[in-house]
Amino acid sequence: MKRGLDGPAPEERPTPAGRRNKQGIRIDPEVEATHLPRRTVISALVEHEPGVLSDVSGLFSRRQFNIESLTVGPTKDDDRARITVVVEEPDPGIDQIKKQLRKLVPVISARELEPDAMQRELALIKVEADDPAQVNAVADMYDAKTVDSSPETATFEITGARQKIEAAIETFGQFGIREISRTGATALARGTDETAAPVSATESAADEANQQEIPADDD
Amino acid sequence: MSERAAKVTPADEEQDDDQITDSAAPDAAKELDADTESTPTEQAEPVTNGAEAVVRALENAGVEYAFGVQGGAIMPVYDALYDSDIRHVTMAHEQGAAHAADAYGIVSGEPGICLATSGPGATNLVTGLADADMDSDPLVALTGQVPTEFVGNDAFQETDTTGVTTPITKNNTFASDSDRVGSDVSEAFALAGEGRPGPTLVDLPKDVTKGETDREPDAPKTPDTYRVQERADEELVAAAAERIENAAKPAMLLGGGVIKGEASEACREFAIEHEIPVITTMPGIGAFPEDHELSLEMAGMHGTGYANMAITHCDTLIGIGTRFDDRLTGGIETFAPDAELIHVDIDPAEISKNIHADYPLVGDAETVVEQLREAVDSSPEATKWRAQCQQWKSDYSMAYDAPEDGPVQPEFVVEALDEATDDDTIVTTGVGQHQMWACQYWTFTEPRTWVSSHGLGTMGYGLPAAIGARLAADDDQDVVCIDGDGSFLMTMQGLSVAVREELDITVAVLNNEYIGMVRQWQDAFFEGRHAASEYNWMPEFDKLAEAFGAAGFRIDEYDEVADTIADAIAYDGPSVIDVHIDPDANVYPMVPSGGDNGQFALAEDQL
Repeated sequence: MKRGLDGPAPEERPTPAGRRNKQGIRIDPEVEATHLPRRTVISALVEHEPGVLSDVSGLFSRRQFNIESLTVGPTKDDDRARITVVVEEPDPGIDQIKKQLRKLVPVISARELEPDAMQRELALIKVEADDPAQVNAVADMYDAKTVDSSPETATFEITGARQKIEAAIETFGQFGIREISRTGATALARGTDETAAPVSATESAADEANQQEIPADDD
Repeated sequence: MSERAAKVTPADEEQDDDQITDSAAPDAAKELDADTESTPTEQAEPVTNGAEAVVRALENAGVEYAFGVQGGAIMPVYDALYDSDIRHVTMAHEQGAAHAADAYGIVSGEPGICLATSGPGATNLVTGLADADMDSDPLVALTGQVPTEFVGNDAFQETDTTGVTTPITKNNTFASDSDRVGSDVSEAFALAGEGRPGPTLVDLPKDVTKGETDREPDAPKTPDTYRVQERADEELVAAAAERIENAAKPAMLLGGGVIKGEASEACREFAIEHEIPVITTMPGIGAFPEDHELSLEMAGMHGTGYANMAITHCDTLIGIGTRFDDRLTGGIETFAPDAELIHVDIDPAEISKNIHADYPLVGDAETVVEQLREAVDSSPEATKWRAQCQQWKSDYSMAYDAPEDGPVQPEFVVEALDEATDDDTIVTTGVGQHQMWACQYWTFTEPRTWVSSHGLGTMGYGLPAAIGARLAADDDQDVVCIDGDGSFLMTMQGLSVAVREELDITVAVLNNEYIGMVRQWQDAFFEGRHAASEYNWMPEFDKLAEAFGAAGFRIDEYDEVADTIADAIAYDGPSVIDVHIDPDANVYPMVPSGGDNGQFALAEDQL
């Protein structure tokens, strides 16, 4: 028994030629490519209250944002904390992260830092100390500080950009690394540029406007 | 429609609160009450404990009804409610309380309130909270919690309620201070209703609600970190207006945000002034009269063929208050592929989340549509396009066969119910085939008359929603619940509530003895293997209704339909019609999941 409604069958209907990509963007010569992931730092100023870190991290996990590291710590204001998140996402995803973060009630502001922002990580590296002289030479090379030493091990503290820490870990590797503990990046904007100033409600719209590149007369 | 309660609070209240903060004396509170006119607190005694502050906060916000179930950790709040004018409706299950509060919020426009105790009470709310979150319905949940000193110790009936509900609420708070708990509730109320509405929750440890306090709650106010943009950027509005003026194939897509933002009237005027065909999403049903020539009704998976043709072929899509859910868009690649999208939404995070917006207009729907109205100088020249839309309307008309000697077709029942009731009748549904037939064959003309579970798709939503809707509706408005047999079975214990409260609700159970939508998919995509979808063990719902004390009716034949429906609607109290429909009836048109909207199937062999 045929059931259903009348009307031209699917193959008899016109179909538009246009298409969108997976990110919902109409494919035309200007924006043909799908955005590729890029690595960036998002800084959020939040109310310093219980549960805020779980709100933020929960948001990232349930929305499937690819998070590389997340650090949190107090600011000069006792009531506020700063959360620094390093993410690797395509542009539309980064945009979503900012907007979703701003929606959380305890989040005062959230922005993406410029690529030249100061970024630092800390690592503690515990290495075999069979050859103290050599180990110390490497430590000097990376400005590593000795924080503990025993007949068998030496533990160093290194701060710096991610690349420096990774290079140090690789070099220390020749002695045999027992354990490593690393923080994620923490970051501040350069100069007078404020890292996470409270934003007006219109900021998100400004974000949009910049992103859309609507042709303006007074460019 | 009613103003949001958050804005109803008198302006002088804030000032008075400061007095209390300063003096913190019960006498000051008394004076304040004498001064404050037109609030329910006029003759109220000063609060003496946290629970009374909680109830006072609800009273200040103008709350009339609360839905819930009593229990150990929430007892202090119920004790305080005992002396309040707020009418508490005891539900048979907390899930029903959440759905009833949700529906109350949809119909009234003000946050619905639900209460539950700690542990199982709170977890039973979870489905309702998730439902309200997906549909952006204003709702406040108050949950009891074990005393603070036991929190974290796996105490009797303890659950990490704020932890469990964080992903499914707009905001939640663990109340930790008797002096502040009233204000926590006020703030939750304000947050639920302002901007993009949503569910909020306050978790209330028993020692906090029992704890002494003379602190009156602050007026409902959102925190400073919560900012809502009302007006869209003028430059973007101008650009969007120009796009509309130059459109050859414009279409408006009205979502649930149009109804929540009270923008239906503005959208109607805009569409009619510029003769732009109007499509709605499922939550947007009622935003535009479906009997108007410009209406193409609902688009999406089970939308009309003409709406899906129009949305696929338009060159300018004005999406208002919609989040472009996958049931609407089908596959992203083929969604309105030629259309430049003008997207109006109060939540910036909805812009370009699923579909890239060429003209992002962040702001309140009504305000932004007014901005657009001012900015658009000339109507688009789209005579040919409108003719095309009308042609699609006749090509893909929503007609069905109903031979008199055959089994009763569900579409016929929905149309008969529609005919038997007024235009302002509120329709609630469960989730499944019956819900889709209700969307397709009921002609909706007014906002806030369609109450359904859209985003979460919660079976069992219909009956508790009808209870909440009934209490929010005007007395002369009918409330009809169109349910499925599987859906009704999930929350039908709510009938006991409807009977006790003498609520005039008509439930029509479209009974096909199947989880029908699953059966439809099994036939289409699983080679007809009806795994766990046959429900031929259903009770007789008319007799069941009588057992609850409601009126029971049954329909097996066409010639019983009109009279039985008339009797059920006329019955002053809850009535249930067990409608035995064609068990093989399926929902068409249908866009297979992730498919091309323009390639909707009209029959099973086209899938």
